[in-house]
Amino acid sequence: MFDLERWQEIFETLRKNKLRTFLTGLSVASGIFILVILLGFSKGLENGVKSQFERDASNLITVWTGVTTKGYKGLNPGRYVQMKNENFDFISQKYKSNIEHETAIFSIWGAEITYKNENVNYQVRGVMPDHQFIENADMETGRFVNETDVEETRKVAVIGKKLRQDLFKDEDPINKEIKIYGISFKVVGVFIDPGGEREEQQAYIPLSTSQKVFGAGDNIRNILVTVKMSDNFEDAVTLSNNMSTAIETELKQIHTVAPDDTSAVRVFNTLEEAKKIYSLIDTIQFVFWVIGVLTIIAGVVGVGNIMLIIVKERTKEIGIRKALGALPLSIIGMILQEAIFVTMFAGLFGLIFGLGLLEIVGPQVQHDFIKYPQVDFNIALSAVFVLVFAGAVAGFFPAYRAAKIKPIVALRDE
Amino acid sequence: MIQIKDLHKSYHMGSNSLHVLKGINFNVNEGELVSIMGSSGSGKSTLLNILGMLDEADSGQYILDNVPIKNLNEKIAAKYRNEFLGFIFQSFNLINYKSALDNVSMPLYYKGVKRKERTDRAMHYLEKVGLAEWSHHLPSELSGGQKQRVAIARALASDPKVLLADEPTGALDTKTSYEVMELIQGINDEGKTILIVTHEDDIAHMTKRIVNLRDGVIIDDSTVEQVRASAHV
Repeated sequence: MFDLERWQEIFETLRKNKLRTFLTGLSVASGIFILVILLGFSKGLENGVKSQFERDASNLITVWTGVTTKGYKGLNPGRYVQMKNENFDFISQKYKSNIEHETAIFSIWGAEITYKNENVNYQVRGVMPDHQFIENADMETGRFVNETDVEETRKVAVIGKKLRQDLFKDEDPINKEIKIYGISFKVVGVFIDPGGEREEQQAYIPLSTSQKVFGAGDNIRNILVTVKMSDNFEDAVTLSNNMSTAIETELKQIHTVAPDDTSAVRVFNTLEEAKKIYSLIDTIQFVFWVIGVLTIIAGVVGVGNIMLIIVKERTKEIGIRKALGALPLSIIGMILQEAIFVTMFAGLFGLIFGLGLLEIVGPQVQHDFIKYPQVDFNIALSAVFVLVFAGAVAGFFPAYRAAKIKPIVALRDE
Repeated sequence: MIQIKDLHKSYHMGSNSLHVLKGINFNVNEGELVSIMGSSGSGKSTLLNILGMLDEADSGQYILDNVPIKNLNEKIAAKYRNEFLGFIFQSFNLINYKSALDNVSMPLYYKGVKRKERTDRAMHYLEKVGLAEWSHHLPSELSGGQKQRVAIARALASDPKVLLADEPTGALDTKTSYEVMELIQGINDEGKTILIVTHEDDIAHMTKRIVNLRDGVIIDDSTVEQVRASAHV
């Protein structure tokens, strides 16, 4: 294997048979290249779809209310159903063991927010500390709304990155006073949200503060809870569905809403949606894998074919070499070493070329559902070795047979 | 140099058996130039193949340079071929993608000679056959006579005990044939033992001894007055 003379002999043979070398290499390189691109884009698709979902927690149950459309127990339709703190407390208590994060929300749309001379109209939401996890928000600086803020009804605000840019430009916003409808709030943090600018232009203040400052009493607009994920995704989906139905029924009872009134109390559960998406991703990945494996099989068959032809074409040469004193083992070694070298070299070339293309083109891809196409290097490398191994096996048998042929028979081969 | 005793060889094709060699006895001394003649089917090529260890006899004795040749496995046969024998074929059998020089150095490669020395020795034999200037040409760029000269240089390269030539002039015109024979005679003059299979009388008479085969037995074995090929060139 490390015999320099032998390598020289092999390189010479490869160099003098350029077309043969090129064709063998091409089938291997293109197989690996296609596989890398396929796997890369399947990963990109997965990343893209997942990032669409990472805007908010995927195991979220959202409750909101509207106007009744049906009369029920003597009450007229057209009545607005107003949720109260006690509704939130009830759900929070009842499903304590199944809830991971929870928040009630009282929000103001298009609130006037000012700092010095800057003036914008964005949404302000009164929330509880858990809201950070429900929104998947990260802190850029400072902190989120905490328990003490809510308990002591503090006038503090956590602002989105976009809002900070609009109000503060390059100034450090922490501990500065902003005004919401003329009421002063101290900025304690800046958040970033995977939901993007639309989310990042909001300001969060403690729920209790928003209810008090904006005269809402104990009214709330939404209840958001996330369901504890069990190891089994199916179980989590079932739990989430059951909880959604139960909450809807209970709230309808509390607020005297007809059980079949679909607009007065609405409960939306994202896990059910997530399940559909994840199974779609699984299917897509499966399809890509099948195509990838078939590509490899096609490559293996191609390499095998070429090896068969090479040995056939070289039968006479093998006879000559044997007549000149070549050992059968050195004949097999020569053919295999050649095959392994070419497939390995071409395979790595295809691998590097594919990875390079993903590396260059990947970041340019501007599509909602394809993000960061990338490929697991180990998987791609394994594919190269599978091809090399298959090429060696496919080459071994004809080489073995050729080495066994009596030189006189091989010499007669025209 | 070569001792053969009661050599038998049959080919089996299905239920048919073809007895090709029916007890061959003959000896070749060092420095002889022998031609083996016979019509097709006489067994002359089979005899040469057995001598060349490309084929094995069913029974009988074959001793080459005091080494009994029997129970050959591929490995030993390859070693003996490389050490004892140089082959010259009718169809030259050069490797077509290798230059003349590389073709000549091929037996040395299998002998394990280093590259530098290989090239030097191959070049020496190419000079000997008068093709030094053609050393980097591919066989396809050479004429028939030149190809056979390259093949002869290759056969000589590993300095074998015996040269075996199977119809070396069969694919050449008369003039070129005589040139090749002149070369072979020259090599024999230097003391190399050479066996030539041929069916051409004029070629046979350029050797020193003619062995005539018919139906698997030697019917005539006589020394002849050698005709020098140079006289005809």
